Amino acid sequence: MTSVEELTQIARQLRIDSLRMIHAGGSGHPGGSLSAAELVTCLYFRTLRYKPGRPDDPARDRFIISKGHGVPVVYAALARAGCIPVEELGTLRRIDSRLQGHPDHVRLPYMEAATGSLGQGLSVALGMALAERLDTKHDYRTWCLLGDGELQAGQVWEAAMAAGKFKSSRLTAIVDYNKVQLDGHVKTIMDLEPLAEKFAAFRWHVQQIDGHSIEAVLAAYDAATAEPDRPSVIIANTVKGKGVSFMEDTHAWHGKAPTAEELERAITELEAA
Amino acid sequence: MGKATRAAFGDTLARIGAVHPRVVVLDADLASSVQTRKFADAYPERFFQIGIAEGNMVGIAAGMALSGLTPFVASFACFVVGRFEQIRMSVGYNNANVRIVGTHSGIGIGEDGYSQMGLEDLALMRSLPNMVVLQPADAIEAEKATEFLADYIGGPAYLRLTRQNVIDVNGDGYRFEFGKGVELREGSDLAIVASGACVGEAVAASELLAKKGLSVAVANIHTIKPIDTDLLGRLASRCGRILTVEDHGIVGGLGSAVVEALAETPDVVVRIHGVHGYGESGTGAELFAKHGLDAAGIARVAGEFLASSTGRANA
Repeated sequence: MTSVEELTQIARQLRIDSLRMIHAGGSGHPGGSLSAAELVTCLYFRTLRYKPGRPDDPARDRFIISKGHGVPVVYAALARAGCIPVEELGTLRRIDSRLQGHPDHVRLPYMEAATGSLGQGLSVALGMALAERLDTKHDYRTWCLLGDGELQAGQVWEAAMAAGKFKSSRLTAIVDYNKVQLDGHVKTIMDLEPLAEKFAAFRWHVQQIDGHSIEAVLAAYDAATAEPDRPSVIIANTVKGKGVSFMEDTHAWHGKAPTAEELERAITELEAA
Repeated sequence: MGKATRAAFGDTLARIGAVHPRVVVLDADLASSVQTRKFADAYPERFFQIGIAEGNMVGIAAGMALSGLTPFVASFACFVVGRFEQIRMSVGYNNANVRIVGTHSGIGIGEDGYSQMGLEDLALMRSLPNMVVLQPADAIEAEKATEFLADYIGGPAYLRLTRQNVIDVNGDGYRFEFGKGVELREGSDLAIVASGACVGEAVAASELLAKKGLSVAVANIHTIKPIDTDLLGRLASRCGRILTVEDHGIVGGLGSAVVEALAETPDVVVRIHGVHGYGESGTGAELFAKHGLDAAGIARVAGEFLASSTGRANA
């Protein structure tokens, strides 16, 4: 089993990979990749059950990144986990690449569903969780990573209401609560609070954690997996742009590629941390 | 008058459910109207009541399809296709095997008025690159189309159905061929190309026109996408004039599909006949008469078209 120390190293690598990809691609969303690095690392290197090379394995756990703009950190995880070549990361957003700007299920089946039009991923994940109930041969879990900004979309709460009704205990939602969206701070644009109470009202098991603590993330994933009769949500308090001082907690780095000089400074900071 | 195509769909779904274990049905509080109640009663574990949340329903269906099931998502055409962004993203782009079923299409629904009428659904569904679009003309065709969609695994599909009873145009031994139009009446002066509830009316119109000595072909296009370009080409070269007839807005529906298919075909003129403007209340029959979609109306429009200066006959 991968240790906390190793997972910390992997998260650092995924941050560096993400920034390199976005720099090479010339565009992309660094802030939301950096905030989700520990959340994604713990999924791909500890919690999800899957086989590299077998994206069609019917027994695999499913993971949907509903905040599709955060996909670079997922591509990085797929590369470091041996699902796609590391060299392919350099093709992000390039013509004919499988690594589209937002996830493309048909081109890259490791992405369980296309996302990027915000607010839709939790419904699709719920559909997978409901399909699992009818599947007598396989036993899998479905995980869905949501952005905080997209929780402003009504469909998320339609899905939350439905998952509560169906008691979808094999569905876990993770909110990357980095408090910043494209136009500014979530609180000033359309405040989500009280957020935990909203999910609880829809009959979800709710955990609130530090999304940058590997120990806390692993414990939350275990608790969510153990929840017997309710869907589970992990509200992960994170920092947008985490790990790079000049990218932290600002919407300026929601959707902008670093220059070569900025990339170098960012990597220096990440490696020193 | 035969059954409504929604009724044939619902009966068929309930009948084939036993031999199609992967078929599941999702509902947004309209099971009685869209006729999925029988399936729900027979296979409760495969029926999912989502409540009045069609966007969520479409997304859930996409997830189910990506997990190997064949979900039928049924609502009124305007409500389900109104969730176009969800259909485009979660169903279309994922090439998910979701069957979107839009009942209560067109002005034929009558009294409920515009808010419940699907009048733009064909335009939207046709625009998605991998979306198959079917519109059966009568009950037996709806039965066959439903059976076809239960087996089809080529990607997403849209099935457009009527609330109202429609005229039967196909016999008992009817064989449904996906992608093939059906020439129900042969003729050489004009070809009426119709779909859905308008097909039976078009056949009746051709009989009215025959009494005036006009030879009018009638073709039923049950597969609007991919459309039968061979049949359209033959009708174009034989008749030189095609009148399309549908209970749908005049932009983006069957008429547009025919014009697109014949865009590079010389010596043919197409007139598009359908619903102008928003719908309104009235009985379905009154609305068909007002909008010229009943037999008399279609015959009148066909006569005007033949008498006009456009087309090969007057060239």
